[in-house]
Amino acid sequence: MSNESMIEVSNLTKRYAGHTAVSNISFTVGRGEIVGLLGTNGAGKSTTMRILSCYMPATSGTVRVAGFDVFTQADEVRRRIGYMPENNPLHPEMRVREYLKFRARLKGLSGKHCRERVDKVIEQCALTDVSRKIIAHLSKGYRQRVGLADALVHEPELIILDEPTIGLDPNQIRSVRQLIKDLAKNHTVLISTHILPEVEMTCSRVLILHEGKILAADTPDNLQKLMSNSSQVIAEIAAPRAELEQLWEQMPEIEYSDISPAEGDFHRCALTPRNGTDVRPQIFAMVQQRGWIMRELTRSRFSLEDIYVRVTRPNGEEEG
Amino acid sequence: MRAYLTLIRRELAGFFVSLTGYIIIAAAVFLMGLSFVMLLTKLQGDPTPLPITQLFYSTDCFWLILILAAPVITMRLFALERHTGTFETLMTTPISDLQVVLAKFSAALIFYMLMWLPLLGCIFILSRYTNNPGIMDTGLLGSTFLGIFLLGGVFMSLGCFASALSRSQIIAAMLSLSFGFTLFVLSFLASQLPVNNGWQTEVLSHFALIDQMNDFARGVVDTRSVVFYVSTTVLFLFLTLRVVESRRWN
Repeated sequence: MSNESMIEVSNLTKRYAGHTAVSNISFTVGRGEIVGLLGTNGAGKSTTMRILSCYMPATSGTVRVAGFDVFTQADEVRRRIGYMPENNPLHPEMRVREYLKFRARLKGLSGKHCRERVDKVIEQCALTDVSRKIIAHLSKGYRQRVGLADALVHEPELIILDEPTIGLDPNQIRSVRQLIKDLAKNHTVLISTHILPEVEMTCSRVLILHEGKILAADTPDNLQKLMSNSSQVIAEIAAPRAELEQLWEQMPEIEYSDISPAEGDFHRCALTPRNGTDVRPQIFAMVQQRGWIMRELTRSRFSLEDIYVRVTRPNGEEEG
Repeated sequence: MRAYLTLIRRELAGFFVSLTGYIIIAAAVFLMGLSFVMLLTKLQGDPTPLPITQLFYSTDCFWLILILAAPVITMRLFALERHTGTFETLMTTPISDLQVVLAKFSAALIFYMLMWLPLLGCIFILSRYTNNPGIMDTGLLGSTFLGIFLLGGVFMSLGCFASALSRSQIIAAMLSLSFGFTLFVLSFLASQLPVNNGWQTEVLSHFALIDQMNDFARGVVDTRSVVFYVSTTVLFLFLTLRVVESRRWN
Protein backbone atom coordinates (compact mmCIF):
# COMPACT_ATOMS: atom_id res chain seq x y z
CA MET A 1 0.00 0.00 0.00
CA SER A 2 0.98 3.58 -0.33
CA ASN A 3 3.65 4.53 2.11
CA GLU A 4 3.19 8.24 2.14
CA SER A 5 -0.36 8.42 3.49
CA MET A 6 -1.12 7.35 7.03
CA ILE A 7 -4.87 7.76 6.94
CA GLU A 8 -7.02 7.37 3.87
CA VAL A 9 -10.67 8.07 4.36
CA SER A 10 -12.91 7.80 1.38
CA ASN A 11 -16.64 8.45 1.26
CA LEU A 12 -17.04 7.74 4.94
CA THR A 13 -20.59 7.88 6.24
CA LYS A 14 -21.85 7.04 9.70
CA ARG A 15 -25.53 6.99 10.48
CA TYR A 16 -26.97 6.49 13.90
CA ALA A 17 -30.62 5.67 14.32
CA GLY A 18 -32.32 8.80 13.14
CA HIS A 19 -29.44 11.05 12.22
CA THR A 20 -26.29 11.15 10.16
CA ALA A 21 -23.20 11.96 12.19
CA VAL A 22 -20.71 11.91 9.36
CA SER A 23 -21.78 12.23 5.79
CA ASN A 24 -19.64 11.14 2.89
CA ILE A 25 -16.32 12.66 3.91
CA SER A 26 -12.97 11.92 2.32
CA PHE A 27 -9.53 13.03 3.36
CA THR A 28 -5.99 11.78 3.61
CA VAL A 29 -3.33 12.43 6.16
CA GLY A 30 0.29 11.94 5.24
CA ARG A 31 2.95 10.47 7.47
CA GLY A 32 4.42 12.93 9.93
CA GLU A 33 1.63 15.46 9.62
CA ILE A 34 -0.21 17.04 12.54
CA VAL A 35 -3.77 17.45 11.42
CA GLY A 36 -6.46 19.19 13.39
CA LEU A 37 -10.10 18.26 13.13
CA LEU A 38 -12.03 21.34 13.97
CA GLY A 39 -15.71 21.53 14.58
CA THR A 40 -18.49 22.44 16.97
CA ASN A 41 -19.84 19.89 19.38
CA GLY A 42 -21.71 17.29 17.40
CA ALA A 43 -19.93 18.06 14.15
CA GLY A 44 -18.78 14.46 13.80
CA LYS A 45 -15.22 14.73 15.15
CA SER A 46 -15.50 12.04 17.78
CA THR A 47 -17.43 9.75 15.48
CA THR A 48 -14.71 10.02 12.85
CA MET A 49 -12.04 9.29 15.44
CA ARG A 50 -13.92 6.34 16.86
CA ILE A 51 -14.17 4.84 13.41
CA LEU A 52 -10.47 5.45 12.78
CA SER A 53 -9.61 3.74 16.04
CA CYS A 54 -11.75 0.69 15.19
CA TYR A 55 -14.14 1.25 18.06
CA MET A 56 -17.12 1.23 15.78
CA PRO A 57 -17.70 0.59 12.10
CA ALA A 58 -18.66 3.00 9.39
CA THR A 59 -22.07 2.75 7.77
CA SER A 60 -20.41 3.02 4.40
CA GLY A 61 -17.12 4.06 2.88
CA THR A 62 -13.63 2.81 3.54
CA VAL A 63 -11.03 3.86 6.04
CA ARG A 64 -7.45 2.68 5.86
CA VAL A 65 -4.82 3.35 8.46
CA ALA A 66 -1.23 2.65 7.44
CA GLY A 67 -2.69 0.67 4.57
CA PHE A 68 -4.88 -1.57 6.71
CA ASP A 69 -8.64 -1.53 6.59
CA VAL A 70 -10.09 -0.55 9.97
CA PHE A 71 -12.91 -3.02 9.72
CA THR A 72 -11.37 -6.15 8.28
CA GLN A 73 -7.85 -5.71 9.68
CA ALA A 74 -8.77 -4.09 12.98
CA ASP A 75 -6.04 -5.83 14.96
CA GLU A 76 -3.30 -4.55 12.67
CA VAL A 77 -4.72 -1.06 12.85
CA ARG A 78 -5.08 -1.11 16.63
CA ARG A 79 -1.46 -2.09 16.99
CA ARG A 80 -0.47 1.01 15.04
CA ILE A 81 -2.58 3.66 16.71
CA GLY A 82 -2.56 5.31 20.08
CA TYR A 83 -6.01 6.64 20.84
CA MET A 84 -7.05 8.95 23.61
CA PRO A 85 -10.83 9.29 23.71
CA GLU A 86 -12.77 12.35 24.72
CA ASN A 87 -12.65 13.08 28.46
CA ASN A 88 -9.65 10.80 28.76
CA PRO A 89 -11.10 7.88 30.69
CA LEU A 90 -8.64 6.24 33.11
CA HIS A 91 -8.90 3.76 35.94
CA PRO A 92 -8.90 6.19 38.86
CA GLU A 93 -7.99 3.59 41.48
CA MET A 94 -4.72 2.62 39.86
CA ARG A 95 -1.31 4.18 40.29
CA VAL A 96 0.24 5.94 37.32
CA ARG A 97 3.04 3.47 36.64
CA GLU A 98 0.76 0.51 37.36
CA TYR A 99 -1.82 1.84 34.92
CA LEU A 100 0.71 2.45 32.16
CA LYS A 101 2.17 -0.99 32.67
CA PHE A 102 -1.28 -2.52 32.51
CA ARG A 103 -2.02 -0.68 29.29
CA ALA A 104 1.34 -1.59 27.80
CA ARG A 105 0.72 -5.27 28.52
CA LEU A 106 -2.73 -5.09 26.95
CA LYS A 107 -1.09 -3.65 23.90
CA GLY A 108 1.19 -6.64 23.68
CA LEU A 109 4.39 -5.33 25.26
CA SER A 110 6.13 -7.59 27.70
CA GLY A 111 9.06 -8.02 30.04
CA LYS A 112 12.00 -5.72 29.72
CA HIS A 113 10.66 -3.89 26.70
CA CYS A 114 7.45 -3.09 28.55
CA ARG A 115 9.37 -1.65 31.52
CA GLU A 116 11.60 0.39 29.25
CA ARG A 117 8.70 1.84 27.33
CA VAL A 118 6.79 2.70 30.49
CA ASP A 119 9.87 4.45 31.89
CA LYS A 120 10.33 6.26 28.64
CA VAL A 121 6.79 7.63 28.38
CA ILE A 122 6.76 8.58 32.05
CA GLU A 123 9.85 10.66 31.38
CA GLN A 124 8.53 11.99 28.08
CA CYS A 125 5.27 13.16 29.59
CA ALA A 126 6.95 14.56 32.71
CA LEU A 127 5.18 12.14 35.03
CA THR A 128 8.23 11.07 37.02
CA ASP A 129 7.15 12.95 40.15
CA VAL A 130 3.72 11.39 40.22
CA SER A 131 4.46 7.91 38.89
CA ARG A 132 3.59 6.33 42.24
CA LYS A 133 0.50 8.37 42.88
CA ILE A 134 -3.06 7.15 42.52
CA ILE A 135 -4.64 8.56 39.37
CA ALA A 136 -7.73 9.78 41.22
CA HIS A 137 -5.51 12.09 43.28
CA LEU A 138 -3.88 13.76 40.29
CA SER A 139 -4.75 17.14 38.86
CA LYS A 140 -6.48 17.23 35.53
CA GLY A 141 -3.31 18.28 33.73
CA TYR A 142 -1.44 15.28 35.03
CA ARG A 143 -4.32 12.98 34.20
CA GLN A 144 -4.32 14.27 30.68
CA ARG A 145 -0.63 13.49 30.44
CA VAL A 146 -1.26 10.00 31.74
CA GLY A 147 -3.74 9.60 28.91
CA LEU A 148 -1.14 10.82 26.44
CA ALA A 149 1.48 8.51 27.91
CA ASP A 150 -0.95 5.64 27.46
CA ALA A 151 -1.50 6.58 23.83
CA LEU A 152 2.27 6.62 23.29
CA VAL A 153 3.38 3.62 25.23
CA HIS A 154 3.40 1.11 22.37
CA GLU A 155 5.16 3.47 19.95
CA PRO A 156 2.23 3.83 17.59
CA GLU A 157 2.68 5.26 14.14
CA LEU A 158 -0.50 7.28 14.42
CA ILE A 159 -1.74 9.11 17.49
CA ILE A 160 -5.38 10.10 17.68
CA LEU A 161 -6.30 12.56 20.40
CA ASP A 162 -9.88 13.59 20.96
CA GLU A 163 -9.98 17.01 22.59
CA PRO A 164 -6.71 16.64 24.46
CA THR A 165 -6.76 20.02 26.19
CA ILE A 166 -10.39 20.22 27.24
CA GLY A 167 -10.88 21.42 30.79
CA LEU A 168 -7.26 22.32 31.47
CA ASP A 169 -5.98 25.61 32.83
CA PRO A 170 -3.86 27.79 30.54
CA ASN A 171 -0.54 26.56 31.88
CA GLN A 172 -1.55 22.95 31.55
CA ILE A 173 -2.87 23.60 28.06
CA ARG A 174 0.48 25.07 27.11
CA SER A 175 2.42 22.09 28.40
CA VAL A 176 0.11 19.56 26.76
CA ARG A 177 0.36 21.44 23.48
CA GLN A 178 4.12 21.49 23.67
CA LEU A 179 4.05 17.78 24.28
CA ILE A 180 1.87 17.22 21.22
CA LYS A 181 4.21 19.32 19.12
CA ASP A 182 7.16 17.26 20.29
CA LEU A 183 5.33 14.09 19.34
CA ALA A 184 4.98 15.24 15.78
CA LYS A 185 8.65 14.67 15.21
CA ASN A 186 8.21 10.91 15.26
CA HIS A 187 4.50 10.29 14.85
CA THR A 188 1.56 11.28 12.75
CA VAL A 189 -0.93 13.09 14.92
CA LEU A 190 -4.64 13.67 14.45
CA ILE A 191 -6.21 15.88 17.08
CA SER A 192 -9.72 17.15 17.38
CA THR A 193 -10.72 20.30 19.13
CA HIS A 194 -13.14 23.12 19.15
CA ILE A 195 -10.53 25.46 20.58
CA LEU A 196 -9.13 27.34 17.65
CA PRO A 197 -5.83 28.69 18.91
CA GLU A 198 -4.89 25.12 19.56
CA VAL A 199 -5.09 24.24 15.90
CA GLU A 200 -3.43 27.47 14.93
CA MET A 201 -0.50 26.71 17.16
CA THR A 202 -0.02 23.01 16.72
CA CYS A 203 -1.34 21.79 13.42
CA SER A 204 0.15 21.78 9.99
CA ARG A 205 -3.24 21.25 8.40
CA VAL A 206 -6.81 21.86 9.44
CA LEU A 207 -10.00 20.09 8.48
CA ILE A 208 -13.10 22.00 9.42
CA LEU A 209 -16.02 19.68 10.02
CA HIS A 210 -19.52 20.92 10.27
CA GLU A 211 -22.64 18.80 10.52
CA GLY A 212 -20.78 15.78 9.30
CA LYS A 213 -19.22 17.40 6.27
CA ILE A 214 -15.77 18.81 5.58
CA LEU A 215 -16.16 22.50 4.88
CA ALA A 216 -12.54 23.48 4.50
CA ALA A 217 -9.21 21.71 4.48
CA ASP A 218 -5.99 23.66 4.28
CA THR A 219 -3.05 24.93 6.31
CA PRO A 220 -3.92 27.52 8.95
CA ASP A 221 -1.86 30.10 7.06
CA ASN A 222 -3.65 29.53 3.78
CA LEU A 223 -7.02 29.77 5.44
CA GLN A 224 -5.93 33.04 6.94
CA LYS A 225 -4.74 34.36 3.60
CA LEU A 226 -8.14 33.64 2.18
CA MET A 227 -9.60 35.91 4.76
CA SER A 228 -6.96 38.61 4.84
CA ASN A 229 -8.79 40.73 2.28
CA SER A 230 -10.93 41.98 5.03
CA SER A 231 -8.48 42.58 7.86
CA GLN A 232 -9.03 45.44 10.24
CA VAL A 233 -6.76 48.18 11.58
CA ILE A 234 -7.18 49.37 15.13
CA ALA A 235 -5.85 52.82 16.09
CA GLU A 236 -6.15 54.58 19.42
CA ILE A 237 -5.68 58.30 18.98
CA ALA A 238 -6.16 61.27 21.32
CA ALA A 239 -8.16 63.69 19.16
CA PRO A 240 -11.64 65.17 19.02
CA ARG A 241 -14.14 62.73 17.65
CA ALA A 242 -15.46 64.98 14.94
CA GLU A 243 -11.99 65.53 13.50
CA LEU A 244 -11.33 61.83 13.47
CA GLU A 245 -14.56 61.14 11.65
CA GLN A 246 -13.69 63.75 9.10
CA LEU A 247 -10.22 62.33 8.59
CA TRP A 248 -11.39 58.77 7.98
CA GLU A 249 -13.98 59.97 5.52
CA GLN A 250 -11.33 61.82 3.58
CA MET A 251 -9.10 58.79 3.27
CA PRO A 252 -10.09 56.86 0.11
CA GLU A 253 -8.42 53.64 1.29
CA ILE A 254 -10.80 53.25 4.20
CA GLU A 255 -14.07 51.64 3.47
CA TYR A 256 -15.65 51.67 6.86
CA SER A 257 -14.79 53.17 10.23
CA ASP A 258 -16.09 52.75 13.69
CA ILE A 259 -15.08 55.14 16.46
CA SER A 260 -15.66 54.49 20.11
CA PRO A 261 -14.38 56.40 23.14
CA ALA A 262 -11.50 54.88 25.12
CA GLU A 263 -10.06 55.96 28.50
CA GLY A 264 -8.79 59.52 28.73
CA ASP A 265 -8.93 61.66 25.61
CA PHE A 266 -8.41 58.70 23.37
CA HIS A 267 -10.74 57.27 20.79
CA ARG A 268 -10.56 53.76 19.51
CA CYS A 269 -11.00 53.56 15.75
CA ALA A 270 -11.69 50.29 14.01
CA LEU A 271 -10.94 50.78 10.34
CA THR A 272 -11.69 48.43 7.51
CA PRO A 273 -9.44 49.18 4.54
CA ARG A 274 -10.52 48.66 0.97
CA ASN A 275 -9.03 45.64 -0.87
CA GLY A 276 -6.91 44.66 2.06
CA THR A 277 -4.34 47.41 1.59
CA ASP A 278 -2.15 48.14 4.57
CA VAL A 279 -3.14 51.65 5.65
CA ARG A 280 -0.98 51.83 8.76
CA PRO A 281 1.84 53.99 7.33
CA GLN A 282 -0.67 56.53 6.05
CA ILE A 283 -2.48 56.68 9.35
CA PHE A 284 0.77 57.20 11.16
CA ALA A 285 1.76 60.00 8.81
CA MET A 286 -1.60 61.74 9.19
CA VAL A 287 -1.52 61.58 12.93
CA GLN A 288 2.03 62.90 13.05
CA GLN A 289 1.14 65.70 10.71
CA ARG A 290 -1.71 66.84 12.94
CA GLY A 291 0.37 66.53 16.11
CA TRP A 292 -2.03 64.06 17.77
CA ILE A 293 -0.94 61.43 20.17
CA MET A 294 -1.34 57.82 19.15
CA ARG A 295 -0.84 54.95 21.54
CA GLU A 296 -1.86 51.96 19.47
CA LEU A 297 -1.79 50.97 15.83
CA THR A 298 -2.36 47.33 14.95
CA ARG A 299 -3.67 45.25 12.14
CA SER A 300 -5.81 42.42 13.35
CA ARG A 301 -5.42 39.37 11.22
CA PHE A 302 -8.46 37.24 11.04
CA SER A 303 -7.88 34.35 13.35
CA LEU A 304 -9.01 30.86 12.57
CA GLU A 305 -11.85 31.64 14.89
CA ASP A 306 -13.25 34.17 12.45
CA ILE A 307 -12.71 31.83 9.54
CA TYR A 308 -14.41 29.10 11.45
CA VAL A 309 -17.36 31.26 12.40
CA ARG A 310 -17.71 32.30 8.76
CA VAL A 311 -17.48 28.83 7.41
CA THR A 312 -19.86 27.26 9.86
CA ARG A 313 -22.36 30.07 10.01
CA PRO A 314 -25.73 29.26 8.47
CA ASN A 315 -26.13 30.83 5.02
CA GLY A 316 -27.34 34.37 4.67
CA GLU A 317 -25.95 35.77 7.88
CA GLU A 318 -22.82 37.33 6.43
CA GLU A 319 -21.62 40.43 8.16
CA GLY A 320 -18.58 42.67 7.67
CA MET B 1 -3.05 -14.99 26.28
CA ARG B 2 -0.85 -12.44 28.03
CA ALA B 3 -3.45 -9.75 27.56
CA TYR B 4 -6.06 -12.13 28.97
CA LEU B 5 -4.02 -12.72 32.13
CA THR B 6 -3.27 -9.01 32.47
CA LEU B 7 -6.97 -8.25 32.32
CA ILE B 8 -7.83 -10.91 34.89
CA ARG B 9 -5.25 -9.45 37.23
CA ARG B 10 -6.65 -6.00 36.81
CA GLU B 11 -10.21 -7.13 37.36
CA LEU B 12 -9.26 -9.00 40.50
CA ALA B 13 -7.27 -6.02 41.75
CA GLY B 14 -10.39 -3.96 41.08
CA PHE B 15 -12.26 -5.96 43.71
CA PHE B 16 -9.63 -5.44 46.35
CA VAL B 17 -8.63 -1.81 45.90
CA SER B 18 -12.19 -0.72 46.48
CA LEU B 19 -14.20 -1.80 49.46
CA THR B 20 -16.56 -3.92 47.34
CA GLY B 21 -14.45 -7.05 47.50
CA TYR B 22 -14.01 -6.94 51.24
CA ILE B 23 -17.66 -6.17 51.88
CA ILE B 24 -18.81 -9.05 49.70
CA ILE B 25 -16.45 -11.45 51.42
CA ALA B 26 -17.39 -10.15 54.86
CA ALA B 27 -21.09 -10.57 54.10
CA ALA B 28 -20.52 -14.06 52.76
CA VAL B 29 -18.44 -15.02 55.79
CA PHE B 30 -21.17 -13.67 58.05
CA LEU B 31 -23.79 -15.84 56.34
CA MET B 32 -21.47 -18.85 56.42
CA GLY B 33 -20.91 -18.26 60.11
CA LEU B 34 -24.64 -18.08 60.59
CA SER B 35 -25.16 -21.39 58.88
CA PHE B 36 -22.25 -22.80 60.91
CA VAL B 37 -24.03 -21.85 64.12
CA MET B 38 -27.29 -23.31 62.83
CA LEU B 39 -25.40 -26.45 61.94
CA LEU B 40 -23.88 -26.75 65.40
CA THR B 41 -27.30 -26.43 67.02
CA LYS B 42 -28.58 -29.16 64.75
CA LEU B 43 -25.67 -31.43 65.59
CA GLN B 44 -26.38 -31.15 69.31
CA GLY B 45 -29.55 -33.16 68.81
CA ASP B 46 -29.77 -36.65 67.45
CA PRO B 47 -26.88 -38.13 65.53
CA THR B 48 -27.35 -37.82 61.80
CA PRO B 49 -26.12 -40.01 58.97
CA LEU B 50 -25.91 -37.07 56.58
CA PRO B 51 -22.46 -35.85 55.50
CA ILE B 52 -21.36 -32.54 56.90
CA THR B 53 -21.43 -30.70 53.56
CA GLN B 54 -25.02 -31.66 53.01
CA LEU B 55 -25.91 -30.43 56.47
CA PHE B 56 -24.25 -27.16 55.59
CA TYR B 57 -26.16 -26.96 52.39
CA SER B 58 -29.45 -27.68 54.09
CA THR B 59 -29.21 -24.45 56.14
CA ASP B 60 -30.15 -22.57 52.96
CA CYS B 61 -27.63 -19.82 53.51
CA PHE B 62 -25.94 -21.20 50.41
CA TRP B 63 -28.66 -19.84 48.14
CA LEU B 64 -28.82 -16.54 49.94
CA ILE B 65 -25.09 -16.09 49.42
CA LEU B 66 -25.18 -17.17 45.78
CA ILE B 67 -28.21 -15.10 44.76
CA LEU B 68 -27.05 -11.97 46.56
CA ALA B 69 -23.34 -12.16 45.84
CA ALA B 70 -23.59 -12.83 42.11
CA PRO B 71 -25.10 -9.46 41.15
CA VAL B 72 -22.74 -7.55 43.40
CA ILE B 73 -19.68 -9.32 42.04
CA THR B 74 -20.62 -9.00 38.40
CA MET B 75 -22.43 -5.67 38.18
CA ARG B 76 -19.31 -3.57 37.66
CA LEU B 77 -17.61 -5.79 35.08
CA PHE B 78 -18.94 -4.10 31.95
CA ALA B 79 -21.33 -1.46 33.24
CA LEU B 80 -18.68 0.49 35.13
CA GLU B 81 -16.23 0.52 32.24
CA ARG B 82 -18.90 1.66 29.85
CA HIS B 83 -19.99 4.32 32.28
CA THR B 84 -16.53 5.78 32.81
CA GLY B 85 -15.52 5.35 29.18
CA THR B 86 -12.58 3.05 29.84
CA PHE B 87 -14.40 0.49 27.75
CA GLU B 88 -13.44 2.57 24.75
CA THR B 89 -9.76 2.57 25.60
CA LEU B 90 -9.98 -1.14 26.33
CA MET B 91 -11.66 -2.01 23.04
CA THR B 92 -9.19 0.00 20.99
CA THR B 93 -6.24 -2.09 22.14
CA PRO B 94 -5.35 -5.15 20.08
CA ILE B 95 -7.38 -7.50 22.26
CA SER B 96 -10.36 -9.47 21.03
CA ASP B 97 -13.89 -9.17 22.36
CA LEU B 98 -13.80 -12.83 23.33
CA GLN B 99 -10.70 -12.31 25.45
CA VAL B 100 -12.34 -9.40 27.24
CA VAL B 101 -15.51 -11.37 27.99
CA LEU B 102 -13.59 -14.44 29.14
CA ALA B 103 -11.20 -12.42 31.28
CA LYS B 104 -13.98 -10.60 33.06
CA PHE B 105 -15.92 -13.80 33.59
CA SER B 106 -12.86 -15.64 34.88
CA ALA B 107 -12.00 -12.85 37.28
CA ALA B 108 -15.54 -12.88 38.66
CA LEU B 109 -15.43 -16.64 39.03
CA ILE B 110 -12.06 -16.57 40.76
CA PHE B 111 -13.26 -13.94 43.17
CA TYR B 112 -16.41 -15.97 43.78
CA MET B 113 -14.35 -19.05 44.63
CA LEU B 114 -12.16 -16.99 46.97
CA MET B 115 -15.34 -15.89 48.68
CA TRP B 116 -16.24 -19.52 49.40
CA LEU B 117 -12.89 -20.45 50.91
CA PRO B 118 -13.92 -19.60 54.49
CA LEU B 119 -16.35 -22.52 54.23
CA LEU B 120 -13.32 -24.80 54.26
CA GLY B 121 -12.32 -23.14 57.53
CA CYS B 122 -15.70 -23.89 59.08
CA ILE B 123 -15.47 -27.52 58.07
CA PHE B 124 -11.90 -27.74 59.32
CA ILE B 125 -12.88 -26.38 62.73
CA LEU B 126 -15.68 -28.91 62.93
CA SER B 127 -13.36 -31.76 62.07
CA ARG B 128 -10.94 -30.67 64.82
CA TYR B 129 -13.60 -30.92 67.49
CA THR B 130 -15.30 -34.14 66.51
CA ASN B 131 -13.84 -37.56 66.76
CA ASN B 132 -15.20 -38.61 63.41
CA PRO B 133 -12.28 -38.63 60.96
CA GLY B 134 -14.57 -39.13 57.98
CA ILE B 135 -15.84 -35.61 58.26
CA MET B 136 -13.05 -34.21 56.07
CA ASP B 137 -13.70 -36.59 53.23
CA THR B 138 -11.85 -35.07 50.26
CA GLY B 139 -14.23 -36.60 47.74
CA LEU B 140 -17.16 -35.04 49.47
CA LEU B 141 -15.49 -31.68 49.75
CA GLY B 142 -14.38 -31.93 46.14
CA SER B 143 -17.85 -32.58 44.82
CA THR B 144 -19.34 -29.84 47.00
CA PHE B 145 -16.82 -27.31 45.72
CA LEU B 146 -17.30 -28.58 42.17
CA GLY B 147 -21.00 -27.87 42.60
CA ILE B 148 -20.29 -24.44 44.03
CA PHE B 149 -17.91 -23.75 41.15
CA LEU B 150 -20.26 -24.90 38.39
CA LEU B 151 -23.27 -23.12 39.83
CA GLY B 152 -21.06 -20.08 40.30
CA GLY B 153 -20.22 -20.25 36.61
CA VAL B 154 -23.91 -20.12 35.74
CA PHE B 155 -24.60 -17.16 38.00
CA MET B 156 -21.45 -15.27 37.04
CA SER B 157 -22.17 -15.64 33.33
CA LEU B 158 -25.71 -14.44 33.97
CA GLY B 159 -24.25 -11.47 35.80
CA CYS B 160 -21.79 -10.75 32.97
CA PHE B 161 -24.66 -10.74 30.52
CA ALA B 162 -26.70 -8.39 32.70
CA SER B 163 -23.73 -6.09 33.18
CA ALA B 164 -23.00 -5.95 29.46
CA LEU B 165 -26.58 -4.91 28.79
CA SER B 166 -26.45 -1.72 30.77
CA ARG B 167 -24.27 1.29 31.52
CA SER B 168 -25.62 1.54 35.02
CA GLN B 169 -24.32 -0.78 37.71
CA ILE B 170 -27.61 -0.57 39.60
CA ILE B 171 -29.60 -1.72 36.59
CA ALA B 172 -27.06 -4.44 35.92
CA ALA B 173 -27.35 -5.66 39.51
CA MET B 174 -31.16 -5.59 39.40
CA LEU B 175 -31.17 -7.50 36.12
CA SER B 176 -28.84 -10.20 37.30
CA LEU B 177 -30.66 -10.43 40.63
CA SER B 178 -33.92 -11.00 38.81
CA PHE B 179 -32.33 -13.51 36.41
CA GLY B 180 -30.82 -15.38 39.32
CA PHE B 181 -33.96 -15.25 41.37
CA THR B 182 -36.04 -16.51 38.45
CA LEU B 183 -33.71 -19.45 38.10
CA PHE B 184 -34.02 -20.13 41.82
CA VAL B 185 -37.81 -19.92 41.74
CA LEU B 186 -37.87 -22.28 38.77
CA SER B 187 -35.83 -24.81 40.66
CA PHE B 188 -37.95 -24.31 43.76
CA LEU B 189 -41.02 -24.98 41.65
CA ALA B 190 -39.37 -28.10 40.29
CA SER B 191 -38.80 -29.47 43.76
CA GLN B 192 -42.40 -28.73 44.77
CA LEU B 193 -44.15 -30.37 41.82
CA PRO B 194 -45.26 -33.95 42.22
CA VAL B 195 -43.26 -36.51 40.31
CA ASN B 196 -44.55 -37.83 36.96
CA ASN B 197 -46.78 -34.96 36.14
CA GLY B 198 -46.21 -34.95 32.41
CA TRP B 199 -43.66 -33.07 30.33
CA GLN B 200 -43.76 -29.92 32.47
CA THR B 201 -42.15 -31.74 35.34
CA GLU B 202 -39.73 -33.33 32.97
CA VAL B 203 -38.58 -29.93 31.71
CA LEU B 204 -38.59 -28.33 35.12
CA SER B 205 -36.59 -31.15 36.62
CA HIS B 206 -33.61 -30.00 34.59
CA PHE B 207 -33.85 -26.64 36.28
CA ALA B 208 -33.95 -28.20 39.71
CA LEU B 209 -30.80 -26.46 40.88
CA ILE B 210 -31.73 -26.96 44.51
CA ASP B 211 -31.92 -30.75 44.20
CA GLN B 212 -28.89 -30.89 41.92
CA MET B 213 -26.77 -28.90 44.33
CA ASN B 214 -27.99 -31.17 47.10
CA ASP B 215 -26.57 -34.07 45.11
CA PHE B 216 -23.20 -32.33 44.85
CA ALA B 217 -23.24 -31.72 48.60
CA ARG B 218 -24.02 -35.39 49.11
CA GLY B 219 -21.01 -36.31 47.05
CA VAL B 220 -22.90 -37.31 43.93
CA VAL B 221 -21.62 -35.80 40.70
CA ASP B 222 -24.39 -36.12 38.17
CA THR B 223 -23.19 -35.63 34.59
CA ARG B 224 -26.58 -34.31 33.55
CA SER B 225 -26.31 -31.33 35.87
CA VAL B 226 -22.65 -30.82 35.00
CA VAL B 227 -23.57 -30.63 31.34
CA PHE B 228 -26.52 -28.38 32.12
CA TYR B 229 -24.43 -25.94 34.17
CA VAL B 230 -21.57 -25.81 31.73
CA SER B 231 -23.83 -25.31 28.74
CA THR B 232 -25.86 -22.60 30.48
CA THR B 233 -22.61 -20.82 31.33
CA VAL B 234 -21.42 -21.07 27.75
CA LEU B 235 -24.79 -19.84 26.49
CA PHE B 236 -24.73 -16.72 28.64
CA LEU B 237 -21.08 -16.03 27.84
CA PHE B 238 -21.97 -16.29 24.18
CA LEU B 239 -24.85 -13.85 24.67
CA THR B 240 -22.50 -11.50 26.52
CA LEU B 241 -20.04 -11.68 23.65
CA ARG B 242 -22.81 -10.82 21.20
CA VAL B 243 -23.81 -7.81 23.28
CA VAL B 244 -20.20 -6.63 23.40
CA GLU B 245 -19.87 -7.11 19.66
CA SER B 246 -23.17 -5.40 18.96
CA ARG B 247 -21.58 -1.93 18.88
CA ARG B 248 -19.98 -3.06 15.66
CA TRP B 249 -23.24 -4.01 14.02
CA ASN B 250 -24.72 -1.73 11.47
